[in-house]
Amino acid sequence: MSIMTESQAKAILDKVIELSKADECSAFLGGERTGNIRFARNAVSTSGEVSDAQLVVQVAFGTRSGTATTNSFDDASLERVVRAAENLAKLAPESEEFMPALDKQSYMDTKTFQKGTDEVDPAFRASAAADSIESCKKEKLVAAGFLTDSRTFSAFANSNGNFAYQTNTELDYTCTVRTEDDTGSGWVARNLGDAKQFDAKKDIATAMRKAKGSVEAKAIEPGKYTVILEPAAASGLITFMMFGFDARQADEGRSFLAKKGGGNRIGEQVFDERVDLWTDPADPRAPTLPWDQTGQARKKMPIIEKGKVKYLQYSRYWAQKQEKESHGQPGNLIMAGGDKSTEELVKGTRRGILVTRTWYIRMVDPQTVLLTGLTRDGTFYIEDGEVKYPIKNMRFNESPVIMLNNIEELGIPERLQVGGGQNQFLALIPALKVRDFTFTSLSDAV
Amino acid sequence: MERRRFLTIAGAAAGTLLLPISGRLIAAEALTETLDVAVKKRLADVALDAARGAGASYCDVRIGRYMQQFVVTREKQVNNVVNTESTGIGVRVIANGTWGFAATRDLSKDAVAEAARTAVAIAKANSRIQTEPVQLAPVKGAGEISWATPIEKNAMAVPLKDKVDLLLSVNAAALEAGASFVNSTLFLVNEQKYFASTDGSYIDQDVHRLWAPMQVTAVDKESGKFRTRAGLSTPVGMGYEYLDGTAADRIELPGGVEIYSKRYDMVADARAAAKQAQQKLKATSVKPGKYDLVLDPTHMWLTIHESVGHPLELDRVLGYEANYAGTSFATLDKRDAGFKYGSDKVTLFADKVQEGSLGAVAYDDEGVKTKRWDLVKDGVLVNYQAIRDQAHVIGEKESHGCCYADSWSSVQFQRMANVSLAAGKDELSVEQMIEGVDKGIYIVGAGSFSIDQQRYNAQFGGQLFFAIEDGKITEQIEDVAYQMRTPEFWNACSAICDERDYRMGGSFFDGKGQPPQISAVSHGSATARFDGINVINTARSLG
Repeated sequence: MSIMTESQAKAILDKVIELSKADECSAFLGGERTGNIRFARNAVSTSGEVSDAQLVVQVAFGTRSGTATTNSFDDASLERVVRAAENLAKLAPESEEFMPALDKQSYMDTKTFQKGTDEVDPAFRASAAADSIESCKKEKLVAAGFLTDSRTFSAFANSNGNFAYQTNTELDYTCTVRTEDDTGSGWVARNLGDAKQFDAKKDIATAMRKAKGSVEAKAIEPGKYTVILEPAAASGLITFMMFGFDARQADEGRSFLAKKGGGNRIGEQVFDERVDLWTDPADPRAPTLPWDQTGQARKKMPIIEKGKVKYLQYSRYWAQKQEKESHGQPGNLIMAGGDKSTEELVKGTRRGILVTRTWYIRMVDPQTVLLTGLTRDGTFYIEDGEVKYPIKNMRFNESPVIMLNNIEELGIPERLQVGGGQNQFLALIPALKVRDFTFTSLSDAV
Repeated sequence: MERRRFLTIAGAAAGTLLLPISGRLIAAEALTETLDVAVKKRLADVALDAARGAGASYCDVRIGRYMQQFVVTREKQVNNVVNTESTGIGVRVIANGTWGFAATRDLSKDAVAEAARTAVAIAKANSRIQTEPVQLAPVKGAGEISWATPIEKNAMAVPLKDKVDLLLSVNAAALEAGASFVNSTLFLVNEQKYFASTDGSYIDQDVHRLWAPMQVTAVDKESGKFRTRAGLSTPVGMGYEYLDGTAADRIELPGGVEIYSKRYDMVADARAAAKQAQQKLKATSVKPGKYDLVLDPTHMWLTIHESVGHPLELDRVLGYEANYAGTSFATLDKRDAGFKYGSDKVTLFADKVQEGSLGAVAYDDEGVKTKRWDLVKDGVLVNYQAIRDQAHVIGEKESHGCCYADSWSSVQFQRMANVSLAAGKDELSVEQMIEGVDKGIYIVGAGSFSIDQQRYNAQFGGQLFFAIEDGKITEQIEDVAYQMRTPEFWNACSAICDERDYRMGGSFFDGKGQPPQISAVSHGSATARFDGINVINTARSLG
């Protein structure tokens, strides 16, 4: 019973709240059914399905708090997990930063469940892999990819009378296509809420075109170039920058959004005035749960408006200390774009570089958000409005703050799963055409 | 952001730190419990019999109890204490020449047998699209064996109060020494792993690991500048005794740097970190150019990890990781042609046996006895890291013993062994090495790191940088990162200090695979010199 109905989830959460003898109790119940198929060297390597569920119980006595979790939901297990949390709370030290359980929250209506995606089965996954592999085999290309689909539920309740329940579906596909002689590589990514919209044959064509087009790449001198970063390439830098949007870090003087002499830069013009960035849990293009990991309600909020910083994330503790408002941590990121396709951006470019994807991005200096990373899976030289030839991959050392001050044009935003590994979230990011993007060395990697 | 397997542990320097928590959280007293070996053997036999009965030609069973404890603090606050446990069984089979895997947390006989039958059914279903049957290098059954990480103090048994007191005293020392902020954390891991297979092995292992990272920050509010210095400890395959370091365990290095070898004095390091973070605020910015680099083992481990450990993983070389971690420049033809990976001074070896290392176990997760083997011998590429179903690809008859799964519910696959740089054969101290450098930079501690998907082009930062001129350290400098192409870098290795300077560093969270798995791995070296390496200046202005 990994996917519970609202009434099943509520019954368990009600029991937990009832069982607790602590001053307050919050409980989070979630479950998932995920499926995946992995392929490489034009053959399926692994596939599987996982069902799991977890209950997290947080209790507090005064300012001492404790947390415990269980996978078992019978009465005895629920009693045990509540007592375990209470025992940990009694052992924990008093906390000056303790915040009491959330008051009654009002949650937005967000559409995170798509009928059909919850019914993806092994045959669907196998056919996506087969479509990818067969298309590549026909053209002497080699596919390596991963398709994962998930159906999840999340429920939250606390001793102040909060209760919420919601389901979510998602499908994510990535595929790397390489030439048999390893001299060309292309890539495609597709993230959808609705599996019915997924067409592996259509998507694989993009990766195949990039793989074939990147053969015999020429070396060009590293330096500052006008670049067109496709949405996946741009998102790597932009999402990294968002770690700096924490109010406490900024107020403490350890963020690029800290103000000289103290305080933070809310209200200041930090970016080009064409930069608009916001979060909206209900945006149908990238819907997310209307509450964050703590149960706090998410809202639609501007983060950057016409290049001015409008919002920093205040934890409940820091908001209270600074006499500010605290909101649920954003669950998606939306950046305004233009109406030009990547092809149209290329047409308007006299000289520049088209970047498919950025890779292995790491923070070099948090003071300036200087990031380093590399291009990958399709990097091309543009001349007189046309892609002229593939070029070798390059390492960049660039700050997204500087990049977002050097904007030439914005493309159409695309839905992407960003964040990497298991720490992922949805974003809508446009292709960016920016000047003076800094490449510092060549890479021989294909 | 919303993945269930992550819990938010607030208070890290980078704001909110998301940690992979794969188990259920438990009370402190449960951390020292173990499962009865006889019970595990009975359950394993149920799975093995069920798999054979369903038509498996091979089966292995892993019954795991994975325990973790995190204690997270900042300044005078304990941000969180988290105990987790995850127990269950994973069954892997070969049927019709194809792998199948299933796992369950239900340890009843019926559920275990059902998991075994499911694994066989998956193998049979997948065999229809299998192009090459699995070829498994033979392993002789080990019989009934038990092994435990040699520890003096079980960190899980140390009272929580002692751990909290230690971290708060670390924080107090940093603040007293002028730090603006300090975060310190204890990560404790105990993997109780039971392995059984149709080869006749019943192997019970009790594996312990510990990491005590910290981050000390100095802020100059007037200029708006801030700098951090991370702790110079290493994650270890040891018990709580690692944190018993005293002045006697301290090693004094050039530049006034103090580091620790076998035991770590976290309080003293916090004090030093606070002073050095403040010095970083006013240090001279590096002039870019070519420098001879003298790299301390606290730094070297990450360069070895990225530019040697990963490219010599056979699954990457073969293309199985092409869509995620990437492939490798070190292709099989290069090994066959005697590719010159590094200078004659460079011998890089893999192992799963170094005492105190994160990778040390007696048997890997497919029942292979662990060992040490060379990857690069006197500068020449000679081997890779391979497991049972890969050994035949490189013409070997046995696995290297580097198969690992991060949970009972994850399927085991080839993971990086400890990969280390052998110490120099001639007597050479760090001081003597520096004396021979005309224009160089001495780097201590690991910093920013990035490398391409075939492991050619890399860039590394560090924690502490010291300018070397005419054989002497002149001053602490900042804004240093070096860029390299892997073969040129290792061929530029002109000297390695001797065995006396050999120390290990490592990573607790090395990621690979889809769905992603983590593993912990150590890398040893003595201080090494690399000539004529390109150094860039990383300072920028936001206007």
